Amino acid sequence: MASIKIRAKNKSGVTTVKCLMTHPMETGSRKNKKTGKLIPAHFIQEVTAGLNGTTVLTAHWGGGVSKNPYMSFKLNGAASGDSLKINWVDNQGNSESAEAKVK
Amino acid sequence: MMNMKRRTMLKGALIASAAALTPQAVLAAWPKEGFGAKSVPEALMGTLGSDSTSPSDAIKIKAPDIAENGAVVPVTVSTTLADVTSISILASANPSPLAASFDLGAGAAGFVSTRIKMGKTGDIVAVVKSGGSLHSNRKGVKVTIGGCGG
Repeated sequence: MASIKIRAKNKSGVTTVKCLMTHPMETGSRKNKKTGKLIPAHFIQEVTAGLNGTTVLTAHWGGGVSKNPYMSFKLNGAASGDSLKINWVDNQGNSESAEAKVK
Repeated sequence: MMNMKRRTMLKGALIASAAALTPQAVLAAWPKEGFGAKSVPEALMGTLGSDSTSPSDAIKIKAPDIAENGAVVPVTVSTTLADVTSISILASANPSPLAASFDLGAGAAGFVSTRIKMGKTGDIVAVVKSGGSLHSNRKGVKVTIGGCGG
């Protein structure tokens, strides 16, 4: 499943990147109401953003980030047509990545 | 979702942090001390290696004054400080305060925006590392429905 949506827009030299990921982001402290058992922690730990292959941002997240996380940041010096890659790894070892062109 | 008792939530948070210790060896860079910490200074020690921050008005936190739903609190941190290498976002009243920590590489401007969970009313603390020293600012957010359940 493609679970990352990326928008990267260049406006007078500053590129605003917005991305939305699909992930349950379980903290591990929530209980299943029916069984009373804890729902195991399942959250994105690391998000990296690369511009034309160079890492420009690394984010470390805990369970305190909302479900289906949204992230936005700004880049100086990116040009239209540059490729932006977002990759995440969660605490259960799953990973996902997506690529988009800067508009 | 909302009928979870506060005690069980705290207990759960402890168990979760213990359980979460195992699979993290793979990601050496993920600061588990920071994310497992129970207070803001501990969390800062764990992630940034220091808890001495100086208050700065050059950091702007954009977040709602009253969050209707604590499970989704939009937070935007922007700063005019030069040479920003990292931005961390913490919710002081959460069982584990550290929500997110962003390492900014070359070309990234001092701006990040995300959505975090807040268990109850408290301060959002933004810590910016600029030129090797830490600067912080905080903003109170009133939460009307807790977000740790959701």
